[in-house]
Amino acid sequence: MQLDAPIAPELDVADASGPAVARPNRLAVIDGDVHPAWRSQEDLKPFLSKRWWDHLQTYGSRRKNGSTGQEPYPKSAPLACRRDAWPEEGGRPGSSLALMQSQHLDGNSIEFGILGPLGATGQGDFNLDFSAAMCSAVNDWQRETFTRPEKRLKGGIVVPYEDTAASVAEIDRCGPDPDFAQVFMLTRSQEPLGSRRYWPIYEAAQRYKLPVAAHVFGTSGHPVSGAGWPSFYVEEGAGHSTSCQTVVSSLVIEGVFERFPGLKVVMVEGGFAWLPALSWRLDKLFERMRDEVPHLKRKPSEYIREHVYVTTQPMEEPDDRRHVLDVMEWIGWDRLLFASDYPHWDFDDPFRAFPAGLKPERHRQICAENGRSVYRLS
Amino acid sequence: MSTEWAGAIDCDVHPRVPNIRALQAHMDEYWRDTVELRGIEGFESIAYPTNAPLTIRPDWREGKAGADEHVERMAKALLDRHGFAHAICNCLYAVQMIRDEHMAAAFARAVNDWVKAEWLDKDTRLRASIVVPVQNPELAVEEIERCAPDKRFVQVLFLAMGELPLGKSYFWPIHRAAERHDLTIGIHAGSSYHHAITGSGWPSYYLEDYAAQSLGFHTQLGSLISEGVFVKFPKLKVVLIESGVSWIGPYLWRLNKFWRGVRNEVPWIDRSPNEFVRDHIRLTIQPFDAPASGAEVGRLIDQLQSDEMLLFSSDFPHWQFDGDAMLPAGIDASLRRKILVDNPLAAYPRLGGRHAT
Repeated sequence: MQLDAPIAPELDVADASGPAVARPNRLAVIDGDVHPAWRSQEDLKPFLSKRWWDHLQTYGSRRKNGSTGQEPYPKSAPLACRRDAWPEEGGRPGSSLALMQSQHLDGNSIEFGILGPLGATGQGDFNLDFSAAMCSAVNDWQRETFTRPEKRLKGGIVVPYEDTAASVAEIDRCGPDPDFAQVFMLTRSQEPLGSRRYWPIYEAAQRYKLPVAAHVFGTSGHPVSGAGWPSFYVEEGAGHSTSCQTVVSSLVIEGVFERFPGLKVVMVEGGFAWLPALSWRLDKLFERMRDEVPHLKRKPSEYIREHVYVTTQPMEEPDDRRHVLDVMEWIGWDRLLFASDYPHWDFDDPFRAFPAGLKPERHRQICAENGRSVYRLS
Repeated sequence: MSTEWAGAIDCDVHPRVPNIRALQAHMDEYWRDTVELRGIEGFESIAYPTNAPLTIRPDWREGKAGADEHVERMAKALLDRHGFAHAICNCLYAVQMIRDEHMAAAFARAVNDWVKAEWLDKDTRLRASIVVPVQNPELAVEEIERCAPDKRFVQVLFLAMGELPLGKSYFWPIHRAAERHDLTIGIHAGSSYHHAITGSGWPSYYLEDYAAQSLGFHTQLGSLISEGVFVKFPKLKVVLIESGVSWIGPYLWRLNKFWRGVRNEVPWIDRSPNEFVRDHIRLTIQPFDAPASGAEVGRLIDQLQSDEMLLFSSDFPHWQFDGDAMLPAGIDASLRRKILVDNPLAAYPRLGGRHAT
């Protein structure tokens, strides 16, 4: 497609979702992180068997943070959402397709929005059978409510990752459907995501040419780092970048990319500036102790450069913007993907979030081009 | 001796306790007997496996023993060779790993007295950190009070990973005692191993364990700032030791941004996290996670927005560099002087720089 075209071709097509209102001279943006929500749990009922619907009503979700639903670190705003993203007709932000279309997809020239369902989706639940049933229901709900009626939206296959076999079954069930563009996991799993128990998930993702997204959050039962549980949401929020580092470190050092050379991993909502320092750290340790990890044939930074993508939200904001441009250069301009995190409070606008001084061609790469080679969009 | 490093202050060297007998000699009768009765062989954590390449640089190994077991060997490899003015001993004997707080206190006392007898008393250039039983702040304060009259103790030592983040009010009696005695707080890479090493559980390889230590520093920095430790203890200085350095800029960008967004949660924080860091946080320079070339190093140091943040360290005997390449490339002469001498003096009041004692 022509990226310099004044209006994205997809937006020229008036479909059932209503007329597109992309402004001239705007990029056709690929947004790597959009969060759909259900209006209420009832929305999932058609997709759950009676057994699991009854289970959900009777026992509820049981996650490894001990909470029935509310977050132990209360957010800064209700549901961590933009105040202007609450639908007039009621329901939670992200639950109204019409508002998502007008406010975000049309308003921000989104050509494709990649969905990542969060909340009590069953991921990380103690009860593995319940976890699998919930994830399947969420995927079916996602398809019926969002990706079928709105072709700009692409689903993330939510997998019950603590049950590898069930996860593979879910990828086999949803993978053939072109409405899904990625496999969706969370960074805080019970074991670091490079652990052998998760490998069949990567094998399945690779088979369907689906990238694996590791989105921040999840309830591993472990504090955010080995240093214990912090007190505040500000620490939890800033600390997500540590869970991202755990994931990348683990995938590389455990040899996942050696094993699955076609695998692409997208780190979502943890920012990106942490990546160069981690790469250099791993390289230096690899140089010292490669005899411990003989399964690695290349330097950690080479695996990272080839297989790991990072989304840009929340945008890094140092006092001196040259510092963030340095970091982007070090990561590689072809490895950064724009993400908005709509409808959450720390939303990034594709046309305002980037530092001044970013060359237009770089902006175009990040917002419109790179995503095309990562997500399964056709 | 070259003059290139003359007068430098090495803020991180590691004396190794050779065996349990060395500590028994500094225990009271009850604990000496307990060690015998229960067959306690000592506490070594998996943080630095003795034979792992990182733990002791090849030319600092002598047969089975490392040069870190004897003060003379360490002095020969570092202080005599380069003419350092001081070196600060951080003993990593795994007191923090012990589950019994009374035993931890006994071992902390023994470690501190052993360091005094075998290292400080044998080389006047040496200074040391006080190892404390973090398992019980009251006992930790007792140990600080016991050691503080000896001005050769310049710091209170924590590990990057314990049971609770160090900003929590649980630890404030320790911070208060440190501030009262002009002792710096040192946080060193390492874990009590009371939690999994990462937020997603235990990794398989030692390489990952060491890599993950920098994540503990992220948590500690966020905690110290958010809980208001530096509002409560405005004289306190905290040194992040063996943290990797280049993680801090990007983490601070996040912490600053989140703070701007949600600062109503921590209303006692009256300045940006950036400002607290410039005023209170320092980092030792080894290891410095960066490519060998100078270009990135210069840009990374620029991220620190201050030439007062970095303190010289060899991290002896850990294998962080070869030969005498103790500083990363790309550091100019004036910054070099600050890193080697001025910044350590400012970070450690007990070294006699700003507050002669």
